[in-house]
Amino acid sequence: MITRHALRALIGILQRELLRTLRQRGRLISAIARPLVWLAIFAAGFRSVLGLSITPPYQTYVLYEVYVVPGLAAMMLLFHAMASSLAMVYDREMGSMRLLLTAPLPRWYLLGARLLASVVVGLPLVYLFLLIARYWDVRPPMLGYLAVLPALVLSGLMLGAFGLLVSSVSAQMENFAGVMNFVIFPMFFASTALYPLWRLAEAGPVLATVAALNPFSHAVELIRFALYLRFEPVSCQVVLACLVVFFLAAAAAYDPGRGLWSRRGEQ
Amino acid sequence: MKALSLDNLGHSFKDRRVLDAISFSVEQGRMCILLGRNGAGKTTLFSLITGLYHARSGSVQVFGHAMRTDPATALAQMGVVFQQQTLDLDLTAGENLRYHAALHGLAADVTKVRTREELGRLEVLDRLGDPIRSLSGGQRRRVEIARALMHQPRLLLLDEPTTGLDVPGRRALAQHVRGLCRERGIAVLWATHFLEEVTAEDDVVVLHGGRVRWAGRADRITAELGVGSMADAFARLTESA
Repeated sequence: MITRHALRALIGILQRELLRTLRQRGRLISAIARPLVWLAIFAAGFRSVLGLSITPPYQTYVLYEVYVVPGLAAMMLLFHAMASSLAMVYDREMGSMRLLLTAPLPRWYLLGARLLASVVVGLPLVYLFLLIARYWDVRPPMLGYLAVLPALVLSGLMLGAFGLLVSSVSAQMENFAGVMNFVIFPMFFASTALYPLWRLAEAGPVLATVAALNPFSHAVELIRFALYLRFEPVSCQVVLACLVVFFLAAAAAYDPGRGLWSRRGEQ
Repeated sequence: MKALSLDNLGHSFKDRRVLDAISFSVEQGRMCILLGRNGAGKTTLFSLITGLYHARSGSVQVFGHAMRTDPATALAQMGVVFQQQTLDLDLTAGENLRYHAALHGLAADVTKVRTREELGRLEVLDRLGDPIRSLSGGQRRRVEIARALMHQPRLLLLDEPTTGLDVPGRRALAQHVRGLCRERGIAVLWATHFLEEVTAEDDVVVLHGGRVRWAGRADRITAELGVGSMADAFARLTESA
């Protein structure tokens, strides 16, 4: 009985997320346009960045477009997660978050359902981008599109859980400009999304260390390897561990007894 | 039977004490008006009753189920209309109700029937497919009340539900909610600062400075305080912190 209730709630949350996303056409268009701009303009100018080196999982020299596509797919997940996080803060300011949090289900479940719904809604956009990228001769094996699905889900969940945590500590929507500048951009640029780790090491060992420790780098590598039918166990473990840590921290932040809401006294 | 029971409830934000030793109850089928000026602590009290966060001390029970230890059962029996509107502006009235029904685990066929029933009772069925953005303030309030009744709660909480409504709209809303008490036996806690929303048959709790200043039947408040009107009684109870 409780399982049926939980399932219906999950479907309801998913439907709401889907409807809202479909009705925000500007957000949809920018979500797909952003990585395409990077691919069409940025990648064209950075073709020589890889130099003469073969970087796993690629078995031969690859064009920069081929290298950067998995990073851009992860970037889509990152921006989608942050848009979802911003929507949580908006919902809290507008009051509709109260409806979710006063539903007769455990709060961690409600937050988890919202997280899952956000990822499920974001995935088709990533696939659309991967298909469009074939126009730029980024053609991973066909089976790679299937193999990358668990990597995308896991990475999306990890980044979404991070967004959930960010939303729990952001008192107002205005704070999100700071989040963009001090969280999202460093997370994206200090990663292996745009440059391989060996290239970052050439620029400076500190940057390379930061990128190696950055959970977003591991999400990128997990996706990159899966797309070319390879499994990257270290990245998988890091992404899983970060997912657990971020989600537990977010659930604690939204806890009615110990959470930040309770202490801050938001009305 | 006690639908809602608050026992020695207290809460503070950091060092600021906002509610202190709040104790009162709402009986099934009764309309209880929670009166208080702006800043009296009504909205914080609603947040504690609905489990948005836990009180620092004391307890909240809904039909005997403690909010702290059994929140799911307590919340399942409760319908809430918050002071701040909680409708999703991007969705239609019907979609908002469907979302709420899903959160309460209602099956699709039940949801369909009840959506039409509740919106019909509140005379907004003709706005079923319209986006919330296109509805007036009064219509939005009625949709919110319809939504709160979707899962057939036994306790209805309304935090300043008439704010922003014109006088006929306020009267109609109060009349409808009193009808719910009579016909469905629903217990209602109605927070307001409009004294004219109180009738002689209601129960009244006066909240001021985070404390309960008076609790009992509305028709006894003037006699007990020896004043001529509800306005005089309220003024006396809230003149000092």
